[in-house]
Amino acid sequence: MATQSRDAAIVGIHEYPSRDVEGRVNALQIKAASAAKALADAGLTWSDVDAIYDAGEGGPMSGLMISEYFGIKPTVMDTTGVGGSSYEFHAAHALRAIREGKAKVALLTYGSTAHSNAMAIGAGGRGGGISPGDNMETFAGQTLIANYAMVAQRHMYQYGTTSEQLAEISTATRFHAMRNPEAVQAMTDLDFVGIQETTIEDVVNSRMIADPLHLLECCMVSDGGGAVVIASADVAANCKKSPVWILGTGEATKYPENGADITTSAGAQSAPIAFAEAGVSPAEMDIAMIYDSFSITVLALLEDLGFCAKGEGGAWVEGGRLRFDRPNDGPALNTDGGGLSSNHPGMRGIFLLLEATRQLRGESTSQVADARLAIAHGNGGMLGARHSAASVILGRD
Amino acid sequence: MSDSNEEKKAPARPLPKLNELDTGEFWQATANKEFRYQQCANCGTIVWHPRAHCTGCVDGDLRWKVSAGMGTIYSFSVVRLSYHPFFRTKVPYAVAYVDLDEGPRFLTNVTGIDDPLTEVRVGQRVALAWEKHDELSIPLVTPA
Repeated sequence: MATQSRDAAIVGIHEYPSRDVEGRVNALQIKAASAAKALADAGLTWSDVDAIYDAGEGGPMSGLMISEYFGIKPTVMDTTGVGGSSYEFHAAHALRAIREGKAKVALLTYGSTAHSNAMAIGAGGRGGGISPGDNMETFAGQTLIANYAMVAQRHMYQYGTTSEQLAEISTATRFHAMRNPEAVQAMTDLDFVGIQETTIEDVVNSRMIADPLHLLECCMVSDGGGAVVIASADVAANCKKSPVWILGTGEATKYPENGADITTSAGAQSAPIAFAEAGVSPAEMDIAMIYDSFSITVLALLEDLGFCAKGEGGAWVEGGRLRFDRPNDGPALNTDGGGLSSNHPGMRGIFLLLEATRQLRGESTSQVADARLAIAHGNGGMLGARHSAASVILGRD
Repeated sequence: MSDSNEEKKAPARPLPKLNELDTGEFWQATANKEFRYQQCANCGTIVWHPRAHCTGCVDGDLRWKVSAGMGTIYSFSVVRLSYHPFFRTKVPYAVAYVDLDEGPRFLTNVTGIDDPLTEVRVGQRVALAWEKHDELSIPLVTPA
């Protein structure tokens, strides 16, 4: 721990409260409203921002366009857009820019009206792109859910994992969601059936969407967004809230390859890099904010991040182990309610940073007592095909 | 805008582009029910999907080979819900990654079965089953 560097910290956060904006605001307005609130949370203002990070969901030439819209003049600009994990990449890059002395205050924002636009993310057709990969695959009608389902199917085949074990991810997440008023409101606004804690039986008896994944193993499609402000140590010292330090980061990619094992994700590459930089181990994590697009995403990632061995995730999660009130059993999972039951407007990565920060500040609705260390792991793209992954280790003073 | 004939046409399987620069040659060969893949004569790498460069070495020499058409299901899912205008009419249907015996792993559908919920499994041996279209054929698989 002595060698751990504390060069950059999350000092301001905001999660846009509404998951159903009914056309009253657009994605850019969600980004700006969230940015203003996150800057205010830190005790900073627009003119303090000298580094902008944007995943491009607001439109083309996003770094330029968003700077003008916000009314800022950043001298560091990063438009890494690699799907839902983009915000973990942004946090990694912000740490480096700040460590290099190129920036003092970095702003990350996200906004989406995926629900209001009735975007068929999970079960729609593949994008209209004509990348060589798309040209080989689009004919087969593999929905995004089916892609993740193929990872689950293979995981079951190789390791004997069961639907009941996968359902543990959904029940722990819903347990946390029921304690989060914004998540309850989200489920209400999105017309969820049965807004209550769920049982393993509820999950495995819900409608099959793409074998072996059931409805309650799939994330919601909401509106929403948020913002994160990351600052240098000297700026953080004068912010309103106590700093949440970025202790280590790792990045990786994975894509279809002949003979590859799809039960192992890019997280198996990114996480060791992040843990090594932070000088901590998975066993020390109090909080695991893991991108829960689907139940299988979390199960595979718990293994890839090193919480248990590959193939043992099914047995490891049994018995409600991932709940926030089981601190001696390993990290609490997705204590905000996750993408499964709180917030998933298409690219959930920013919410992983937000809830990890709330936990380390003591502000979560499912607060783990004395939480000191958290991992936020984003997975973007498709788990069973091409995806990007970034791991961010966070800690408080 | 679009004429009424266009609107009345039954939704069709989305077909690949024959002129896509990396993969077009593969699709042109499917007109003759040939499943082609590339192997580098310099380093031996089997490159899939098809592309213009070798991913195994920087002085690649890619040659086309033709698969014998036999493989094994690596994983699959049965799609129960799709919003796609064509595929929504086909549910439930099986999508699968198939490892051809020569190495390439490709995404396809399992055809020639009565019930995808009971007749598809990981590790199953399959053979190519071509679906003929005007200018190309789609490489589906069927239990061998």
